[in-house]
Amino acid sequence: MNNQGLYDQSFEHDNCGIGAIIDINGKKSHKLVCDALSIVENLEHRAGKDGTGETGDGVGILTGVPHKLFSDECKKMGITLGGEREYGVGMFFMPDDDLKCARDKKMFEVITSKEGLEFLGWRNVPINESVLGSKALSCMPRIIQGFVKRPEETTNDLDFDRRLYVVRRIFEQSTDTAYVASLSCRTIVYKGMFLVGQLRTFFLDLMDKRYESNVSMVHSRFSTNTNPSWKLAHPNRMLVHNGEINTIKGNVDKMLAREETMESKTFSKDDMTRVLPVIPKFGSDSAMLDNTLEFLMMSGMELPLAAMILIPEPWSHNDTISMERRDFYQYYATMMEPWDGPASILFSDGDVMGAILDRNGLRPSRYYVMDDGRLILASEVGVLDLEEAHILKKERLHPGKMLVVDMKKHKIYGDEELKEHYALEKPYGEWLDGNMLELKSLKIPNIKPESYEGDDLIKLLKAFGYSYEECRESILNMALNGAEQIGSMGIDTPLAALSGEYQPLFNYFKQLFAQVTNPPIDADREKIVTSTNVYVGKNGNLLEKKAENCHVLKIHNPILTDLDMIKIKKMNKPGFKVSEVSTVYYKSTPIERVLDHLFVEVDKAYKDGTNILVLSDRGVDENRVALPSLLAVAAVHQHLVRTKKCTAMSLILESGEPREVHHFATLLGFGACAVNPYLAHATIGRLIDEGNLNKDYYAAVEDYDHAVLKGIVKIASKMGISTIQSYMGSKIFEAVGVNKEVIDTYFTGTVSRVGGIGLEDIADNTDKQHSKAFDPLGLDTTMTLDSVGRHKMRSQGEKHRYNPQTIHMLQSAVREGNYEKFKTYTSMVDKEETGYLRSLMDFEFPEKGIDISEVEDEKEIVKRFKTGAMSYGSISEEAHEALAIAMNHLKGKSNSGEGGESDERIASAGTDHDRSSAIKQVASGRFGVTSKYLVSAKELQIKMAQGAKPGEGGHLPAGKVYPWIAKTRHSTPGVSLISPPPHHDIYSIEDLAQLIFDLKCANKNARISVKLVSEAGVGTVAAGVAKAGARVILISGYDGGTGAAPISSIHNAGLPWELGLAETHQTLIMNGLRDRVIIETDGKLMSGRDVAIAACLGAEEFGFATAPLVALGCVMMRVCNLDTCPMGIATQNPELRKRFAGKPEYVENFMLFIARELREYMAKLGVRTLDELVGRVDFLKAKEDTGVKLSLDQILAPVEAYNKPDKDNLYDFKLETTPDERVLLADKGVMESIKKGTKSKVSIEIKNTDRAFGTLLGAEITRKNPEGLKEDTIVVNCKGAGGQSFGAFIPKGLTLNITGEANDYLGKGLSGGKITVCAPDDAGYEPEENIILGNVALYGATSGEAYIAGMAGERFCVRNSGARAVVEGVGEHGCEYMTGGCAVVIGPTGKNFAAGMSGGVAYVLDEDNHLYRNLNKELVLMEQVESKADVAELKDMLKKHVKHTKSKKATKILEDFDEYLPKFKKIIPADYKSLMHLIHTFEEQGMNSEEAAIEAFNAREKEGK
Amino acid sequence: MGKPGGFLEYERENDTCIAPLERIKNFDEFHKNLSPEKRKAQAARCMECGIPFCQAGEMISGMASGCPLHNLVPETNDALYRGNIAQAYERLSLTHSFPEFTSRVCPALCEAACTCSVNGESVTTKDNEKYIIEYAFEHGLVKAKVPTVRTGKKVAVIGSGPSGLAAAAALNSRGHKVTVFERNDRAGGLLRYGIPNMKLDKRVIDRRLKIMEESGIEFKYGSDVGKDVKAKDLLKEYDRIVLACGASNPRDINAPGRDAKGIYFAVDFLKEVSKKLMDENYDVAKLTECKTMSWGNLKGKNVVIIGGGDTGNDCVGTSIRLGAGSVIQLEMMPKPPVSRTPSNPWPEWPKVLKTDYGQEEAIAVFGSDPRIYQTTVTEFVKDKDGKLKEIKTVKLEPQKDPKTGRMNMVPVKGSEEVMKADLVLIAAGFLGSQDYVVNDFGVERNARTNVATKEGAFATSKDKVFVCGDMHRGQSLVVWAIAEGRAAAKAVDESLMGYSNL
Repeated sequence: MNNQGLYDQSFEHDNCGIGAIIDINGKKSHKLVCDALSIVENLEHRAGKDGTGETGDGVGILTGVPHKLFSDECKKMGITLGGEREYGVGMFFMPDDDLKCARDKKMFEVITSKEGLEFLGWRNVPINESVLGSKALSCMPRIIQGFVKRPEETTNDLDFDRRLYVVRRIFEQSTDTAYVASLSCRTIVYKGMFLVGQLRTFFLDLMDKRYESNVSMVHSRFSTNTNPSWKLAHPNRMLVHNGEINTIKGNVDKMLAREETMESKTFSKDDMTRVLPVIPKFGSDSAMLDNTLEFLMMSGMELPLAAMILIPEPWSHNDTISMERRDFYQYYATMMEPWDGPASILFSDGDVMGAILDRNGLRPSRYYVMDDGRLILASEVGVLDLEEAHILKKERLHPGKMLVVDMKKHKIYGDEELKEHYALEKPYGEWLDGNMLELKSLKIPNIKPESYEGDDLIKLLKAFGYSYEECRESILNMALNGAEQIGSMGIDTPLAALSGEYQPLFNYFKQLFAQVTNPPIDADREKIVTSTNVYVGKNGNLLEKKAENCHVLKIHNPILTDLDMIKIKKMNKPGFKVSEVSTVYYKSTPIERVLDHLFVEVDKAYKDGTNILVLSDRGVDENRVALPSLLAVAAVHQHLVRTKKCTAMSLILESGEPREVHHFATLLGFGACAVNPYLAHATIGRLIDEGNLNKDYYAAVEDYDHAVLKGIVKIASKMGISTIQSYMGSKIFEAVGVNKEVIDTYFTGTVSRVGGIGLEDIADNTDKQHSKAFDPLGLDTTMTLDSVGRHKMRSQGEKHRYNPQTIHMLQSAVREGNYEKFKTYTSMVDKEETGYLRSLMDFEFPEKGIDISEVEDEKEIVKRFKTGAMSYGSISEEAHEALAIAMNHLKGKSNSGEGGESDERIASAGTDHDRSSAIKQVASGRFGVTSKYLVSAKELQIKMAQGAKPGEGGHLPAGKVYPWIAKTRHSTPGVSLISPPPHHDIYSIEDLAQLIFDLKCANKNARISVKLVSEAGVGTVAAGVAKAGARVILISGYDGGTGAAPISSIHNAGLPWELGLAETHQTLIMNGLRDRVIIETDGKLMSGRDVAIAACLGAEEFGFATAPLVALGCVMMRVCNLDTCPMGIATQNPELRKRFAGKPEYVENFMLFIARELREYMAKLGVRTLDELVGRVDFLKAKEDTGVKLSLDQILAPVEAYNKPDKDNLYDFKLETTPDERVLLADKGVMESIKKGTKSKVSIEIKNTDRAFGTLLGAEITRKNPEGLKEDTIVVNCKGAGGQSFGAFIPKGLTLNITGEANDYLGKGLSGGKITVCAPDDAGYEPEENIILGNVALYGATSGEAYIAGMAGERFCVRNSGARAVVEGVGEHGCEYMTGGCAVVIGPTGKNFAAGMSGGVAYVLDEDNHLYRNLNKELVLMEQVESKADVAELKDMLKKHVKHTKSKKATKILEDFDEYLPKFKKIIPADYKSLMHLIHTFEEQGMNSEEAAIEAFNAREKEGK
Repeated sequence: MGKPGGFLEYERENDTCIAPLERIKNFDEFHKNLSPEKRKAQAARCMECGIPFCQAGEMISGMASGCPLHNLVPETNDALYRGNIAQAYERLSLTHSFPEFTSRVCPALCEAACTCSVNGESVTTKDNEKYIIEYAFEHGLVKAKVPTVRTGKKVAVIGSGPSGLAAAAALNSRGHKVTVFERNDRAGGLLRYGIPNMKLDKRVIDRRLKIMEESGIEFKYGSDVGKDVKAKDLLKEYDRIVLACGASNPRDINAPGRDAKGIYFAVDFLKEVSKKLMDENYDVAKLTECKTMSWGNLKGKNVVIIGGGDTGNDCVGTSIRLGAGSVIQLEMMPKPPVSRTPSNPWPEWPKVLKTDYGQEEAIAVFGSDPRIYQTTVTEFVKDKDGKLKEIKTVKLEPQKDPKTGRMNMVPVKGSEEVMKADLVLIAAGFLGSQDYVVNDFGVERNARTNVATKEGAFATSKDKVFVCGDMHRGQSLVVWAIAEGRAAAKAVDESLMGYSNL
């Protein structure tokens, strides 16, 4: 599919399931191949398919070359292959055109012989077309194999493969029609656009008994698009990848530059030039990683080493690894930035197979070692029937760790062994000591940094466009608190390109963020994985291990102080040459000439041997203007990339311009290594001098720099990137309002879809600002800064769409029910100058409309209206209920937000006074997400991101967790609550599909909606979401959002809904998925016109948040985060809540008025129903003569005809095939139990494909018995491997026991039920030392129990708020974000235990006293288990564990309890502890628990003040 | 910015005020500032709104809401709360030319629109402003600034009222040579002669004028443009003319007996008192005992003031200070409600009963509110000497005009009354600028008799001639006049230089 409308090929993502089998002894068999195919078939739910369900997204297998088969078959064709590995085989996808195919074949033959190899012959691969879906068939290539004889002079297999590699690279560069899936003497790849089962049946070879291999890697793809492509299927030539490389653009740019510095002994210079570029221009991120890995291997680097340096484990904050290993990583870090992003990678060259997991461990990878020498690895367990008795070990890949199986040496190498081996290979420590410099140890020269004071400073500030707010709020806050300022209520100011005020160039770039296909990460709580180090200087030669390679300067914080800058400029060290190039130019010089001159200067510096280049804009005065720093950096960086110098020379910026976090993020993102914001620093000095900041200057600057850095780390982590080094140059932005020429020339590769300003405009803006500071006539100007009102309004600054007049008019209109006033209001908000993309649109009214009486009734229209997701907690009970009452009355929908809903309100559903929200949100915090909550919903919304702060989590500070809030959220009053940035059960698209499935099971009557935020590529994500089974997709605009968030996020992350909505509509149509889903949009919808435009662009439903709040009295105070809302809306303060003066009628009036106005447009447009209006882009046109340079062509691009969403054409979840429906709910005893509470018992065999087991049954129980049943009323005994989300959301009374093992998300959202897991009696391994449970168990559990007699993976009990669990060992990030409940761990814990844990208790058996190293101590205390109550609790839980699982370990502990007790540690959050203590005290005074909680909270608040 | 929740912590506290019976003994200002600590607390009440309605200065339901100068109220309040008064002054002067005037005489549109007043009392923004500017004067922060560069352009400002002064100050700061023409003996326009001294001490104006003169602005007093000085001469000598002559044409009451002696326009009355006061060096005794006033000695006399507005109130206060025996104030409109009605919600200008200082004093002295509502004069009754002796009045009631739908006040039959009156002061507003200036310059006027310009612009129909203030927008507040003067100055600067950094 070509780029079209807003869709761009590069937006595509894929995720997947992977698996591998290898025989450690190298024994080949056909069974191994068959088993590998079975694995992929059992990962069906991790593969995607198109709308029709007959074409898959891609499945493939990599194996060793099946010599037996080939030698037989070729013999028949008269081709003599020779012995094993004496020939190479290529798998070709040739064009389906005789002529082209013949030409490509010929070309390959020619190239082969020119390279001195002998071509042996072609073989048509036998296939069975009939199994394919029509789409796959329509683009099926001709699949043939070509054989090449091994030249005698090659000494080993690698040598031969290297020759083949050269051939292939030349061939690839000579054809654009053929694709080489693999070409090697060792491995071969069979792949295509299949459903998982089709791989086996399509390629007849694979089922041939002669097809034998000792290694097989399989992959099933889940793509966001149903874009027909055979090439995109995995495996690539060396690897299969489950994940996504977020930093791909930067990695590729740098790889390109690195080609200049790389020299290899194995490649002649000549060969090297012929294989370049290492990375062809087009390809997926995985393919690019594959290309790189392959190149490094061909260049002589060992495969495991190459994988290790591309995907390093977190080492800089990690003191659990050896010094040698850190040195090793440090050495390579100076030359290669991490390829960052979620990744579980399997790679093989046919002799070894390796597996590596990214530093965050965001992909499940479980493996078994069998007693017959096989190693089986897959995304899930249970994918292959194995006899437990023959399993020696059950393990998983740990975050950042790797594993290699060497079939020649018949050995499995563990992470420790491998890495220590490479770490000790060279004296890396010594090399670093002798070569690498650290900024902090550079000598301080005796020079005073130039500083600016008084009016000189003000003039510079004005010249660089600083506003009063930036100095007094933004900079001040950062310098004072070391953190960014928080704002709320979204944005209602114009886009930079449409603003009448000065906008620095930074503001034209919007931050991208991760949603669905990869997770954002939590840089605060998971700091161990982050790194802020950057390396400055010339990169070494990656391909040769030598001391000089690490001759670079290491900078810990890329935000440089003025002193740092001087140190660098004056550093006089051999091997380093620092040059300074000025970006200041004489006024009126044409800006193009300025840039050209700059490049000349840069080239000159390069020739002089410069390896650290400082771009500086010091020296601005009356006659000299500074180039916008972002333009300077991006242009120079692009110049260096283009001329392949960017790894030879590091770019440091010394500029007065950057001051906000976003500014720095763009600078690093477009290529700067480090930035010295000298003017922002001088501003801090002035704030101190003026008395506005009472702090030591150096401390203040340090805090400011720290805040900036923290902000950048956060921006990177929103994209799932953990290291600044990888973030540099990664260009993760979309430009809104910059023209193509500027983007293509200086910001190459950045998405920009609406055109905009050019170089001259940029120059003009800069000049205007300069003239404000330095009056052209030398006249005096005011020596104070302007207030621009970018966030909080100022009358003299930016136009806000919500302003005194519009607020007053809207409030009067809805209070009085006065439509005339409403029309006056909309006439004000619809004015052109409001600065939205939609402000530039106009309707194409037909000559004659229809009479308004013919148009669908208002009451019908409002059913499609919704209020935005605002949690109870962020707004008051009064406001929250008013919204619900109004929307229920209108039969529209209100949204609970992520704060849960009280029992009383849930109970009110369906009554006359229905206060229950129709939409129940499921967000990453899972607050109050219980079975009851889910069952009560009409729509379940999965919030992937929110407009105000896409990619970020939330933090409800302790003071806002009032007792009534805590109750609905199932937490403790006065204890802070953290919502993680990602859903810990959604790291990829197939995970989302899983959660959708879980929720469907939890309430099959509810529609499942997925909330996304507009950004480049949201359309492709939406296509993936549609394929995953969602019924509604909400595209939120960046400007919407009422929540509190860092101001830089509110303003700079995400895009307007016009772009996202149109892209989604277009992309879904292109993929034939439009009829599958309903599209909803929101984001400052304020008038009938807004809604009409949204409908024309493709929206069927509409959300409103700010406007209804304004209707209820909100006056946009933007203090929602402070709990001081004077209107009683965004506050829990009882005093302020009394002031709430809103009424549901006001909201109803608003909705009805919008509908009424919408009808007027519909009448004029001549459409009778809203359905007829949806998607009618042809009703829209761009306004003419607006004087604005933006182009709406792509947004308004016509779309082909499509089928509208049809209520009968729903995604088929096939619930009837689930064991829940087939067995459990079909069981009379069980049904009896649900009805009468009698006991029942069922036994069943299960496998990994039985996902969300028990959830449908659980929902039935809750429907009939909202409070659940008595413990153990229904007991289900399962045997086998539990699929994902086993026992999700099950209520009290249901007990699920597994004998076997389980995958990820066990007991997700557990709502009172009980789950046990234990190994079968005949297991060949010790359960307590083996992984029998996957990742993220008990995520968001609210109550219930779990007993796991074995070890669990990562993130056990994450966000648990009430469940009680025992487990025999956990991976990393155990008990993360926990707020309640209890976890007992009687085995080892991984790193970062209890991060962000604000409530609940964990008892950990710490036999080696290692826990202190793995504990994240930010919030919790580590204590001995001493108090009587604690000891009793622990003992009780252990006893129950033994009772349910017969755990050997727990039995041993209980037998020798006194011996073991001192080895237990109690982990309890400090705040939680003191609050629980207070509550206890009040309870002892005779209060009930509710009263005690309120008293404790109040006492605590008083104390705080 | 600001103190979160400050409005919950502190109650509003106004400037202290000398008791009525005490303060009527002289013509001095009678408001005293709060202690610095208390002032800080008052500033802390500011909520630093996301939308500061206080600074909007926009028309809402036909009335201005918020400050026309767009004063950066949250910013000044924040600086004040933090004790950084110099910075507060800096922020204040960014938008405001003469805070010392408005902080004394402004009805404080900012406070009426204050979000704090939705559920309680507004922030004391006006008092805060006064504190800041007085602090600035006391600490020498308000300094003369002679421009370092002169443009060589000359601008004549006609009229030295608040708009003329504001325009003059701004233009001078841009290096233009400014000359202000004033027909009176002293500068200030209505500030000087329309507002009594107890509300705005004339020395406050002098203090500002001194700074302006030191900054290089020239004042020509006693030169009545259009009469003494001719437009064509000015146009020859100056590059630009700014007309800021006010709307000094008072509205008259056309009732029988209007020619009686003892009927004065309020402005004339107030002007005479103020001039005497200044001439006598603020010696009150010389004023109250004086017999040289047009009306002789006011002691014991019955004063009737027609008009219930601010000027009427000023006349009440002045009459009391001059020893009047009784003071009555007639108002045609009904008595406003004590608090906002639902049809008059925030942030609209509150149409509520306000008892001003003069009325307070009348209550203190005479025991009752001087205001009589829904009443108008039907006849002035003379004695044989032609001197006024009493007036006849009639009650009015609102009646809807069936044609226009507007409310008109119509007389109620049988409600006629007669009341004693030795002196009548007409405070019924103004009608527009005086013809002679307008005619001399030949600039066009609009239907409302104001000098016409394009909306939001200041250039008149005549080349190089600009207009601002009441002469442009009609009778209005001091704060509007200053806003007009500043904006006009920017327009003039732009027309002279091609750009403006104002």
